[in-house]
Amino acid sequence: MKFGVVVFPGSNCDHDAYHVISKHVGQPVDFIWHKETDLSGYDAVIIPGGFSYGDYLRAGALARFSPVMSAVKDFAAQGKFVFGICNGFQILCEAGLLPGALIRNAGLHFICKHVNIRIENQYTPFTNELKYGNILSIPIAHAEGNYTCDDATFEMLEENDQVVFRYCNESGETTPESNPNGARSNIAGICNQDRNVLGMMPHPERACEELLGSNDGRNIFRSLTNAIAAIEN
Amino acid sequence: MKAKVYVTLKPSVLDPQGKAIHHSAEQLGFQHITDIRQGKYFELALEDSVGETEAREAAERIAADVLANPVIEDFRVEITN
Repeated sequence: MKFGVVVFPGSNCDHDAYHVISKHVGQPVDFIWHKETDLSGYDAVIIPGGFSYGDYLRAGALARFSPVMSAVKDFAAQGKFVFGICNGFQILCEAGLLPGALIRNAGLHFICKHVNIRIENQYTPFTNELKYGNILSIPIAHAEGNYTCDDATFEMLEENDQVVFRYCNESGETTPESNPNGARSNIAGICNQDRNVLGMMPHPERACEELLGSNDGRNIFRSLTNAIAAIEN
Repeated sequence: MKAKVYVTLKPSVLDPQGKAIHHSAEQLGFQHITDIRQGKYFELALEDSVGETEAREAAERIAADVLANPVIEDFRVEITN
């Protein structure tokens, strides 16, 4: 199995993702420069966090036009795994690979802290090591993480179980106080209808070592590895 | 020929920056403003050979595909000389 981490001008969590895949997941991984147009040979592609194109215009808006994104769309259409983290989530929404949009945090501030997120769907390639209601402690670091969508999209997300993570408190309750950015219905991460594309604002790649305060993020990367292994076998 | 593109958040989308600006305007002493919404403004300069219809079509296409995100924003195009 092979992972790729896409690098845009302004990506800054690419090395974190690379580190986690190579060190903790223990699988081959390449950096993929955004000019690349061929993703053959990869099983999963990570669109990492950062500030692609300086967040000019809107977060993720310009990265959508990088050559690699056409390849990512084809890759996703083939059922392969695409995992957008933070800016990666914003890019996937802008590219139309995930519904909705991420707008400015309700409180306007850039927020960098550990938050609790609850597993809302255990039947995805990204959460198969987890159970409904499990709570993960994962850091967020964003100014535009406020997930929004129209009512029809929201109903579709709910109906198809596409909400994968919700912000919650320590007891697992999705209260307004535990919602750091004003996201609709405390949404922290969603997947597409086919479940092979996931976007989330929290950074699981920053929560894979006890030394960093949490290793809960490993569950997500291990789940993805299970999903790839299941296809290979 | 110039195309002016105004991008605004859809009425249903929360605009916390507009709210903060509104608050500042009230601090300045303007109490009769009921709302402020922040938007974006773009000026597209086009070659002289481009006609008005063509300019409008180009600007609307660029606005829909790049300048505005149709999930959260609306846009309006004006063509001027």
